[in-house]
Amino acid sequence: MGRTISFSEAINEALAETMRRDKNVILMGEDVAGGAAVDHLQDEEAWGGVMGVTQGLVQEFGRDRILDTPIAEAGYVGAAVSAAATGMRPVAELMFNDFIGSCLDEVMNQGAKLRYMFGGKAKVPLTIRTMHGAGFRAAAQHSQSLYGMFTAIPGLKTVVPSTPAEAKGLLIAAIEDDDLVVFFEDKTLYNMKGEVPEGYYTTDLGKADIKREGSDVTIVAIGKQVHTALEAAEQLAAKGVQAEIVDPRSLSPLDEDTILASVDKTNHLIVVDEATPRCNVATDIAAMVADKGFDSLDAPIKRITAPHSPVPFSPVLEDLYLPSADTIVRTAMELTGEDTAMTT
Amino acid sequence: MEASNTRTQTMDSHQAMWMYQKMSEIRYFEDTVHETFSKGVLPGFVHLYAGEEAVAVGVCAHLNDKDSITSTHRGHGHCIAKGCDLNGMMAEIYGKETGLCNGKGGSMHIADISKGMLGANGIVGGGFPLATGAGLTAKLQNTGGVAVCFFGDGANNHGTFHEGINMAAIWNLPVVFVAENNGYAEATPFSYASSCENIADRAASYGIPGEIVDGKDAMAVYEAAARAIKRARNGEGPSLIECKTYRNYGHFEGDAQKYKGSEEREEHLKDKDAILQFRQYMLEHNLSNEEGLNKLDEQVKASIQAAVEFAESSDYPDAGSLITDVYVDYTNTGRES
Repeated sequence: MGRTISFSEAINEALAETMRRDKNVILMGEDVAGGAAVDHLQDEEAWGGVMGVTQGLVQEFGRDRILDTPIAEAGYVGAAVSAAATGMRPVAELMFNDFIGSCLDEVMNQGAKLRYMFGGKAKVPLTIRTMHGAGFRAAAQHSQSLYGMFTAIPGLKTVVPSTPAEAKGLLIAAIEDDDLVVFFEDKTLYNMKGEVPEGYYTTDLGKADIKREGSDVTIVAIGKQVHTALEAAEQLAAKGVQAEIVDPRSLSPLDEDTILASVDKTNHLIVVDEATPRCNVATDIAAMVADKGFDSLDAPIKRITAPHSPVPFSPVLEDLYLPSADTIVRTAMELTGEDTAMTT
Repeated sequence: MEASNTRTQTMDSHQAMWMYQKMSEIRYFEDTVHETFSKGVLPGFVHLYAGEEAVAVGVCAHLNDKDSITSTHRGHGHCIAKGCDLNGMMAEIYGKETGLCNGKGGSMHIADISKGMLGANGIVGGGFPLATGAGLTAKLQNTGGVAVCFFGDGANNHGTFHEGINMAAIWNLPVVFVAENNGYAEATPFSYASSCENIADRAASYGIPGEIVDGKDAMAVYEAAARAIKRARNGEGPSLIECKTYRNYGHFEGDAQKYKGSEEREEHLKDKDAILQFRQYMLEHNLSNEEGLNKLDEQVKASIQAAVEFAESSDYPDAGSLITDVYVDYTNTGRES
């Protein structure tokens, strides 16, 4: 049994490990240290980010490398793009992914396009860490999951970890990567504990992970929906249906081979994505499998997503908004119903 | 620039009692939300306005329902000052269907369009262009209304500050930009994050008046707002008022506030308290007496308690409302294929 730490601590460690190795790695964002230029404030009393994820880093690396910014997303994200293109390896924290509304140009038109527009002569080794996800009662402007929007943009990579160990390995890989990577952290996973190796290690971008093996239905799930899918898989197993849970981990690049191989084995596909349903990643994966894996399928592909609406505040509505294990179980039973009847 | 303390407005007892009542409502409302939140009853993020009452009330004293305001994540005080229903506000914070937004918005998105309250806002800097747009409507439709943009010191470094104010200035719109400089953008001091000494200094670059007032002094705010709003109503264009103020609580509930100095906190909670100062002003100017103000405080406490009871006894929204209000004329769930 290895060491157990939280998702949040795993991210903190990934930042510390990379900053120790490479002096060009800096962290910038709103209150990532906190209390800048307050004389009486001890560094250990500083916020370390609005959720405390980066707490302690300022003590080790100082305020030149843990850089508090004004509330000016277009300003500091744009500066991070250019710092990356001119020799630094910054990590910019966009507090909530919803705030991309204030700095999309810097990401979409500058950071993601420099390399291509300049004929491959530029690189932008920037990682943007950002919080996403519903279930925190944070309402419509602080709860979205916008990885689909970013995945649609060529020139940047998107990563959505679901466990502490992978959060650490994937974040180190993202920082090492010479392209712009947008790294999504689900705010409801921060307190989740798990075994996390000590030291410096990477988890490959573009490589999916099979979180549970099964023979009857493939469930591709993103971020915290991996855990909803695992919960559903336990219930399905009790009903005699073995679900295989595939966690893509990075959405761009997408590990198509692992998904297609799984569908070839189970002949059924459900994609669970808590983002809104139009033009989202679930739709993208469904289209990919319909295109490249049609012959493997015994039934239509099913997508389980949020409804086409903003995230509601009221707890009762927000609970309904998110995909549930019950919905996954029901969908899987309907999908595999014939097969189950034939084999039992 | 020095804070202005020239007394140009007279205050009658009726107006003063209204202002005292609204300030008192804000304080008791926020203190109550603070207590309730600490018990784990309330969902989500809550940002409290206590301490800044003189700003919202001193400005909104000059507004009516055809005037619009934009607000911030710290929006409860603006709602109360603009006349939003206390029961509907509290129910919204509880996520109940009787809330002003039927439980869909929560603390950070409370709004009442019928009162000209265009919503608390979860996006820092979101209000500048929105207020400019409301000012455009007022001008083009010749309503006689004005738009007021309340914003925090954190927002004055956001790009929308420049874009919104510049447009209001070139189009000569009836907009008043009211900075609530409470010294901290979350945990970051104003002096670290802003390259200017005062937010009001920035008005000069848009060719509009910029005035600094003591935001804990309700009369000072009231008088500065009177000038700016009169100017806007007369078609003379936008102004910027910077109110130097302080928030009694943290950025959000749960913030240990270690970045604040203990002396400044003490001073603002006592001697510089906006409500105590205004109470003193009213007594000195015979606008009320101890008995009258104590009675009003008791009435306010009862109305806040009634709002809590209303919220607690209200129902949560129906499941069906999850997918309504996305569009005016169709419902598309799109949830499962």
